[in-house]
Amino acid sequence: MCTYIVEKTELSGSAKGEHGWMTIDSANVFFDHPFHAPLDHALNIDFVNRASGGSERVAVELSAESARRLVDAILTALKQGEAAHAA
Amino acid sequence: MTNSRTSGRPGEPRIDGGRRGVLVGGVALAAAAAASRTASAQTPAAPKGPYRSQSSWLVEFTGHKGDKGLAYYARPEGAGPFPAAVVIHHAPGWDDWTMEVARKLAHNGIIGIAPNLYFREPGSPDDQAAKARADGGVSDDQVVGDVEGALAFVRARPEANGKVGVMGFCSGGRHSFISAGRIKSINAMVDCWGGSVVVSDPALLVPKRPVNPIDYAKDINCPILGIFGNDDQNPDKAQVNKIEEVLKSLGKTYDFHRYDGAGHAFLASERPNYRPEQAVDAWQKIYAFFHKSLA
Repeated sequence: MCTYIVEKTELSGSAKGEHGWMTIDSANVFFDHPFHAPLDHALNIDFVNRASGGSERVAVELSAESARRLVDAILTALKQGEAAHAA
Repeated sequence: MTNSRTSGRPGEPRIDGGRRGVLVGGVALAAAAAASRTASAQTPAAPKGPYRSQSSWLVEFTGHKGDKGLAYYARPEGAGPFPAAVVIHHAPGWDDWTMEVARKLAHNGIIGIAPNLYFREPGSPDDQAAKARADGGVSDDQVVGDVEGALAFVRARPEANGKVGVMGFCSGGRHSFISAGRIKSINAMVDCWGGSVVVSDPALLVPKRPVNPIDYAKDINCPILGIFGNDDQNPDKAQVNKIEEVLKSLGKTYDFHRYDGAGHAFLASERPNYRPEQAVDAWQKIYAFFHKSLA
């Protein structure tokens, strides 16, 4: 079902998009019909710079399963990396 | 495949089984050209054959508050006059499948015009959709204004017969329902699994969507075709029953088809929910409904 539900979270970092690198300050996250991925529903993330209008974005559309694997991978990488850098 | 059908016509409720149909595929050329070109100038005379020639191109239309936007226009070849339908895209935006729907209509003798409801946003159609979503979606008033603009555009075309329907998918089905209630000149409406037509939580009525769409049912004066999958969660069976109950109590003319073994968006051939048998049948019902209602 098409919804307008969006989880928004603040970020600090950069993303590389159509016009090269850009600063991003937010991610818009939602689980709904994707535009491109051949899925009924996808976990969609738009990395944007809301402070500059939020029109340019870096986007991903992921299956629910792969999105959960990505979450695990992010948490694992953070844990490993932070441990390694603390050593 | 099983498909239950319930219909309403003042004094004529009926139920019967579904039937199978044949979907004729195929798309002719797509070309960008000025909206003002004439039928005779578009293509040389085509030889007679088993398939209909058609053309499609981008046009500029005047939407809500006079804003200029783009629409995809697909028409059957020939002098016409042809019936027409405004194709209202779903929340992910003005995507390839929306254009395919317009071409399918044209291939079957119906002009299809699909306005981009997010044209006010910058960027490509997917970026426009992302921005619209981030901003909480577009307002119902704006959508109705844009649909009115698309209606006016197609009615002014020399190949159109003046009868225009609307059809939409998912949120576009909801928008079709609202448009049919608010735009008196709409001659037929197809709701393909429009979600949130019945809003039970008042918290969901927000400034951009302030009215429960089912409240517009009393104002709909055109025939309605409903296409639903029985495995859909929004609208689920109870919601479809509620919509039908309201239409029936108001004496509206409607024809609902509910397909077993199908869920949400089962006509979308590029997604896993596609159900070919049910989809072929549903398309035949859509074409027949428009030809009958817009003759």
